[in-house]
Amino acid sequence: MPDNKNKDYLNYIDKTAPKSPMLKNIALAFVIGGLICVIGQLIGDFYKKVCDLDAESAKTAVSVTMVFLGALLTGLDIYPKIAKYAGAGTIVPITGFANSITSPAMEFKREGLVLGMSAKMFVVAGPVLVYGITSSVVVGIIYFLYKVMIGG
Amino acid sequence: MQYLNAFWVGGLLCAIAQILIDKTKLTPARILVLYVVIGAALGAVGIYDKIVDYAGAGATVPLMGFGNVLAQGVKKAVDADGPLGIITGGASAAAGGISAAVFFGFVIALIFNPKAK
Repeated sequence: MPDNKNKDYLNYIDKTAPKSPMLKNIALAFVIGGLICVIGQLIGDFYKKVCDLDAESAKTAVSVTMVFLGALLTGLDIYPKIAKYAGAGTIVPITGFANSITSPAMEFKREGLVLGMSAKMFVVAGPVLVYGITSSVVVGIIYFLYKVMIGG
Repeated sequence: MQYLNAFWVGGLLCAIAQILIDKTKLTPARILVLYVVIGAALGAVGIYDKIVDYAGAGATVPLMGFGNVLAQGVKKAVDADGPLGIITGGASAAAGGISAAVFFGFVIALIFNPKAK
């Protein structure tokens, strides 16, 4: 009986709930994601012009800085509030990668510092690293073979 | 001009991810994995660096840029060290981002507690 009621209720919700405002979601993701990239550009220009870093080092410094900001804003509970509106706009930038590490780490701290916090840090970041690093090795193998065949 | 390009290219990459989330069953984690792999593939063939030249942080800040860094790193390492570079190149190039994410994630999570939902 409760199960039945539940189904009726879900059907009712389906009919009456407004359709997810997709265009609005996309626009918000575009604007907020774009703004996060502009912040990255500002930080990069700062490192290049004020700290006199070369282009490569500046890129790495931007990543490190953005990761720090993403982690800090997650700790302060600001990033999740922006994410509520921005959706993918806060997921795709590297600050979202930092958020995906910091958020579960905070959440699971109470289950211990090793198997709680430190293991759960990688719920999302782990797959990203697994597929990212594996891709890089595959690229390396292909590039190496290509060089051997062309350059040999 | 670079700022405008960074804005619209970075925004576009996020908007595409939003469409994928809304229209398909792809979870954010899968989108991130997909973006890194696409970034590595576009980086391997040298397309992504052209996007970086055009859009700057609009291409390096989204996670595709992370994939590109991995691919560029492995190519440089193979040039410098031969076959050993296949293994070392990607992670070495991405070391800054990875170590920062682990370290800052760890420290921030130690300091702050999750807010009550």
